[in-house]
Amino acid sequence: MDTVKLTIDNREVEVPRGTTILKAAQSIGINIPTLCHFEVDNLGIHNKPGACRICVVEVVGRRNLAPACVTECMPDMIVRTNSMRVINARRTVLELILSDHPNDCLQCAKNGNCELQKLAIRLGVRENPYNGEEHAQSTYQLEVSPSIIRDMNKCVMCRRCETMCNQMQTVGALSAIERGFPAVISTAFNQHLELSPCTFCGQCVAVCPVGALTEVDHTSKVIRAITDEKKTTVVQVAPAVRVALGEEFGMKPGSIVTGKLTAALKALGFDYVFDTDWSADLTIMEEGTELIGRLTKFLAGDKSVHLPILTSCCPAWVNFFEHQFPDMEDLPSTAKSPQQMFGAIAKSYFAEKIGVKREDMVCVSVMPCLAKKYECGRDEFKVNGNPDVDYSISTRELARLIKMANIDFNSLPEEKFDSPLGESTGAGVIFGTTGGVIEAAVRTAYEVITKKPLPKIDFEELRGLEGVRSATIDVDGLKLNIGIAHGLHNARKLLEDIKAGRSHFHAIEIMACPGGCIDGGGQPLHHGNQEIIKARWEAIYRADREMPIRKSHENPSIQAIYKEFLGEPCGHKSHELLHTNYFDKQTTVVVDVEK
Amino acid sequence: MDKIIIKMRKDVSDKIIAICKNFNNDPVELINVLHQTQDFLGYLPAEAQELIAEQLHIPTAKVYGVVSFYSFFTMTPKGKYPISVCLGTACYVRGAEKVLDAFKKELNLEVGQTTPDGLFSLTCLRCVGACGLAPVAMVGDKVYGRLTPDKVKGIVDEYRNME
Repeated sequence: MDTVKLTIDNREVEVPRGTTILKAAQSIGINIPTLCHFEVDNLGIHNKPGACRICVVEVVGRRNLAPACVTECMPDMIVRTNSMRVINARRTVLELILSDHPNDCLQCAKNGNCELQKLAIRLGVRENPYNGEEHAQSTYQLEVSPSIIRDMNKCVMCRRCETMCNQMQTVGALSAIERGFPAVISTAFNQHLELSPCTFCGQCVAVCPVGALTEVDHTSKVIRAITDEKKTTVVQVAPAVRVALGEEFGMKPGSIVTGKLTAALKALGFDYVFDTDWSADLTIMEEGTELIGRLTKFLAGDKSVHLPILTSCCPAWVNFFEHQFPDMEDLPSTAKSPQQMFGAIAKSYFAEKIGVKREDMVCVSVMPCLAKKYECGRDEFKVNGNPDVDYSISTRELARLIKMANIDFNSLPEEKFDSPLGESTGAGVIFGTTGGVIEAAVRTAYEVITKKPLPKIDFEELRGLEGVRSATIDVDGLKLNIGIAHGLHNARKLLEDIKAGRSHFHAIEIMACPGGCIDGGGQPLHHGNQEIIKARWEAIYRADREMPIRKSHENPSIQAIYKEFLGEPCGHKSHELLHTNYFDKQTTVVVDVEK
Repeated sequence: MDKIIIKMRKDVSDKIIAICKNFNNDPVELINVLHQTQDFLGYLPAEAQELIAEQLHIPTAKVYGVVSFYSFFTMTPKGKYPISVCLGTACYVRGAEKVLDAFKKELNLEVGQTTPDGLFSLTCLRCVGACGLAPVAMVGDKVYGRLTPDKVKGIVDEYRNME
């Protein structure tokens, strides 16, 4: 390999050509502070605009200080990362950023988890000589959408959110606007997020170093519901929450905390603690049956049936195709997401069973996701104005609730989910990462089609973190072509292939967030540490292996609900409760003929 | 939320589509497309930006980002008589700011705004190459030199009387 040798802080280091000073320094344990820089190599996320100048270093022989994040190492370079000149420049840069940043840290949603705050601590800022004129600071109004709160006065122009929205997700809702003090990242015409093509995936929130982008916090509403004696509270927990929540309580990334999580929810006072893994199993029954039905008709030559079938569990992905590919509305499965299936069953079957009126039941979901907040508010998921899922809270909000309620999470005993909507399988838990939904579907489809037991449950060929993956599964002679994409820019590639007639897939799984739900917009912040993503990913499959039942159709509670309530998958009752339809949300310019 | 539909007159949309086509609908040419569109319309309304974004296959947010970044681009329609006061160095040292203030007072306008009757708009510019006549202002294509604040009312009235 072509390498270069250089000296950083009097230590020699040899790195591959093209390595930045920042990474070369990291490789020998010198951590140069950064702010705008954000990279997660295993997910292909790269934001290095070289904008903030916090990472400046001295390169001997160069007149100006160099930003370490975008300066490549050259042979025999001599770099100083901690000279007085560097430290002074770095502090000045930080003071200038702080001069256009509100000082309300104590009330900020990011208090204690803010990268700017950490920098101020690290660089020992004690006063700010650059008190910009007050009117010079930007004065944007706080904006609240169903999922995301934007407080653009806190924007530090790191452009991470812009990179996520445009490069990773190709959504194009956000861009840098204005210049000087008013410069922030915002939407076209600085309009409300709801008028933009935003999918509410929350990846902008997941990478924001400060409090400019945060989630809509429903913790108070949840507490009110729990303490309201007239209400019966039912909570469901998504698969990816159990492999990440522990991080909020100092546990090692990748810790599986299902038992403690259940105990915490019971301690919080929820009347019934259930599992979204259960409705993930239900999703497989519906989506899998739909896949088999469409595939059978397609192979029999029915021209009215289009393939591939696209998964529909991910609400940000649903928003994406409604905005960007509305002409392909017949491709996604009509199956609702597990969150919404759960809500629909909880407020019908389960409410009836325990004799509670729909209006007196509050259904809360704990999700790794911010788009779920938007999803549960969609009109088609309400009955007479009463939503199937009342509040969706993120993993971070649940951690806040637990801390607020004086619950010592780490010392909680392990408890089990309640019955019957808490019994699940390994197939349900792998919904939490890219490739998991389709693997769960294949496990069931194989056995339903062939009526033979699977020779091997683990489909290694469907797993991984590459952005686009494909595999051909041999279902007893029938070759099933499967595509997987995560990160919406990868989804776009597969959709454009379909549009151009280049796609050979029968089924495609799409998750909006890079990595799938394990890296959802509502998860504990990983601040760009790819080891955390990897640990969560491994934990999902470990959780699957630990389950006694690993195929959705073998879940006894799922079998029971079909027997006593739903009838058969994709039957009349299922269609009423568990399936949905999609809308065209594209912005189009048309000629006004009247004028 | 429903589909967002933007309406636009056919002659306007045809012209904008033609401008984009002239630049091969290449997103790299965004600034040129915006220049020509503004030359044609006098300003860059949101509808035009939406259409340009669609034609160049880029997000509307990106188009707006560029429009809001460069002070030359405006989303406010210009007046029938656009007034530009030069704030270049030569004009500035000879009192251009006082002239600008006089225009603001006479028209009851801030820089970048247009009068409600649509007659006058006020902008600033940097040097029109007539420094010998400093301070200078332009109304449309006509240059007025050696201005003093007390001459401002007369200039404005000249155009008011033409209506």
